[in-house]
Amino acid sequence: MSAHGYKVVGTRPVRPDGADKVTGRAAYGADVHLAGLLYGAVLRSPHAHARIRRIDTRGAEALEGVRAVITASDFPPADAGRIIDLGEGQQTVAEVRGNMLASGKALYKGHAVAAVAAVNRHVAEEALGLIEVDYEPLPAVLTALEAMREDAPILHETLTRKELGTDTGEVSNVAEHFRFELGDLEQGLAEADVVVEREFDTATVHQGYIEPQNATALWNQDGRIHVWSSTQGAFVVRDTVAAALNVPVSRVKATPMEIGGGFGGKIRVYLEPVAALLSRKSGRPVKIVMSRQEVFEGTGPTPGSHIRVKVGARRDGRISAAYAFLAYEAGAYPGSMADCGAMCIFSPYDIANLCVDGYNIVVNKPSTAAYRAPGATNAAFAGESVMDEVAERLGMDPIDFRLRNAAHEGTRRADGPKFRRIGCVEVLEAMKNHPHYSAPLEGPNRGRGVAVGFWFNVGLASACTIGVNADGTVNLVEGSTDIGGTRASIAMQAAEVLGLRAEDVHPVVVDTDSIAYTAVTGGSRTTFATGWAAYEAAHDVLRQMKERAARLLETEPECVEYQDGVFRSGESRMTFAEVAARLNETGGPVTGRAGVNPRGAGGSYAGAIADVEVDPETGRVSILRFTSVQDAGKAIHPAYVEGQMQGGSAQGIGWALNEEYCLSPGGAMQNSSFLDYRMPTSLDLPMIETVIVEVPNPGHPFGVRGVGEANIVPPPGAIANAIYRAAGVRLSRLPMKPETVMEAIWAQRD
Amino acid sequence: MARVYIPALLRGFSGGREVIEIAGTTVREVIENLERDCPGIRDRLLESGRLRSNISVAVDGEVSPEGLREPVAPESEVHFIPAIRGGSA
Repeated sequence: MSAHGYKVVGTRPVRPDGADKVTGRAAYGADVHLAGLLYGAVLRSPHAHARIRRIDTRGAEALEGVRAVITASDFPPADAGRIIDLGEGQQTVAEVRGNMLASGKALYKGHAVAAVAAVNRHVAEEALGLIEVDYEPLPAVLTALEAMREDAPILHETLTRKELGTDTGEVSNVAEHFRFELGDLEQGLAEADVVVEREFDTATVHQGYIEPQNATALWNQDGRIHVWSSTQGAFVVRDTVAAALNVPVSRVKATPMEIGGGFGGKIRVYLEPVAALLSRKSGRPVKIVMSRQEVFEGTGPTPGSHIRVKVGARRDGRISAAYAFLAYEAGAYPGSMADCGAMCIFSPYDIANLCVDGYNIVVNKPSTAAYRAPGATNAAFAGESVMDEVAERLGMDPIDFRLRNAAHEGTRRADGPKFRRIGCVEVLEAMKNHPHYSAPLEGPNRGRGVAVGFWFNVGLASACTIGVNADGTVNLVEGSTDIGGTRASIAMQAAEVLGLRAEDVHPVVVDTDSIAYTAVTGGSRTTFATGWAAYEAAHDVLRQMKERAARLLETEPECVEYQDGVFRSGESRMTFAEVAARLNETGGPVTGRAGVNPRGAGGSYAGAIADVEVDPETGRVSILRFTSVQDAGKAIHPAYVEGQMQGGSAQGIGWALNEEYCLSPGGAMQNSSFLDYRMPTSLDLPMIETVIVEVPNPGHPFGVRGVGEANIVPPPGAIANAIYRAAGVRLSRLPMKPETVMEAIWAQRD
Repeated sequence: MARVYIPALLRGFSGGREVIEIAGTTVREVIENLERDCPGIRDRLLESGRLRSNISVAVDGEVSPEGLREPVAPESEVHFIPAIRGGSA
């Protein structure tokens, strides 16, 4: 039993899907095979920006074995301006369709232009070469700052700059500008004894999930569409397919297959409606599986960004003012997560006077998608680098400086509302008290850096049903794709309520016809919100089981108590399993159900301590030791919390040191393979140490805070600060690859 | 009365005031009453009688899925903040 009195929550049972996954039996999207299956392939633009004058598909259609060829003109008529609610975000039908199949313009190299279905993939790919596209190449704009210039090439002639609640009417690549403002920035800066202002750039980075996007679709003769795919949200797939194809949601069934990684990148839908259109045209089911190159060039990476941060502090160590300018590249269509970056950049701090300007800017790169705490990692790299420099100028220990200014319950967030109970101080104290922070770091060219980061987490809607089996176990039906062990973390919450072992709750993730609406596995919401639905459904089961027990014990339900798997009334007792075995004689099966849309998602803070060694001859940075600290609220399954912390840290280290889209001047990605797009492997990393901090979230029955994201936020800042202490240079560009490090070292020598 | 925080980009309607005390038992009533104090601001917050798609309302720190129907207490804080777009991980 844990210190909280829990018997299941806080333990480490084996994951329900473990055996299938390690033996290769788990079924992924590419494993789907249906009778008469056709294979699809997508033709993609070779230009980063081009007008599409004409597409001639006749050659492809004439090729033996080709069953269907489609372009954007095959989308049925629809209200292009209609906004699709994707659970966590919104896009118009035109934006969603435009990214699936370009219409009028290709907006990035790799933009889908046409698609083919054929008897096998080879014929489909051959047919792509027979599609003639007449392009008028246009100048490409590849960075946020370039795109903001008045003379920049315009991506969308109809896109006008929006500010909160108003359309300026100005045609622009700046889709949106917003501002958060607290207090009086100028007054705060005037009070400062130390002011540090720096500019930063971060690269376009991909989530790098192992399993490529895939989709199989069958547009049946009865008008029903069934899709199978790799997704973080089956209902997002359902709703997007319905909107893109202008059919009612009730005609679409989405089956989520096992997912080989997503990290936010598998929320957006790319292939499912395309496969469905091919299926309708061919009368056969169609499967499309992306290549790795297509994943890099045709799906959404995280935004590159340009950030300027200015922080002022007094000699007493208090921050008096902070400003940030965040210009984020949305890629081809609006939506860059600059708003998320703005909400997070100063969230570890209690600052009375601050201002954040955010800009959401379209550029000729793939339309960006979420990537683990989207927007926050870029911002924290900049913010935490400046905070470190301010602390140094004040002569303060970097953690003491952060503790002096740490956000706490009642601190006003940059966007206005006050924080409820948060664990920023506890995370910082855990960092300071960790043996890593006080361990000697000996040897030349070595340094230690720290940083903290925040992700706000979300709630959103979830549903669960629980059916009781005659042997006293239960089946838990849910709609949340399992990423990182969420079957286990959800089932454990039901088990805790029901007084069962974790192994006695059998979770199953089902299609959209088999469970009520459930939002994406994203926003660190699944253990929080779907766990809450499981908690409520379990209570529903328990209420009904008490009634059944009362019948069997020949008493009233209110006279029945339940504890540790046993119903009691006076001296009489029955176990959960004994009651379960007699359900049919007491009224029939018991099914518990719950649908929730909970508030109270508690934000999570994470901190990183990084030791690095910089090779002064080559600029290579080696990670010597790395510790991740995170507030989990309550860790339902600590091993999976640690796994999230280690995974997020590894990805953050990739952002810091290696990963970037290397683009030609014309916007073509030069490194669209895992050989050339360098992600950290186990050979590059030490064992990442983890410390779970538990500051229970008062907004959840078990105190859960989502843990999937905050851990990626601090690593780049911590590593930048460590490099400074190792090599004496403050770096302002991600990734901090060897040439970047060497250029800074040479500049310092000069 | 509820304390309504005016977003930085809309303070032109409030004469630069950051916080205004406004009566109302729901977000809808608060916005209607806010319009009397800050003419023109309603149209920046609402479109076709609903909150604009790029705006969320937070009452006492929680973004409300109820939107305009969300109850507001006399001691509540009301914030209008950008709706998060683009999903998350």
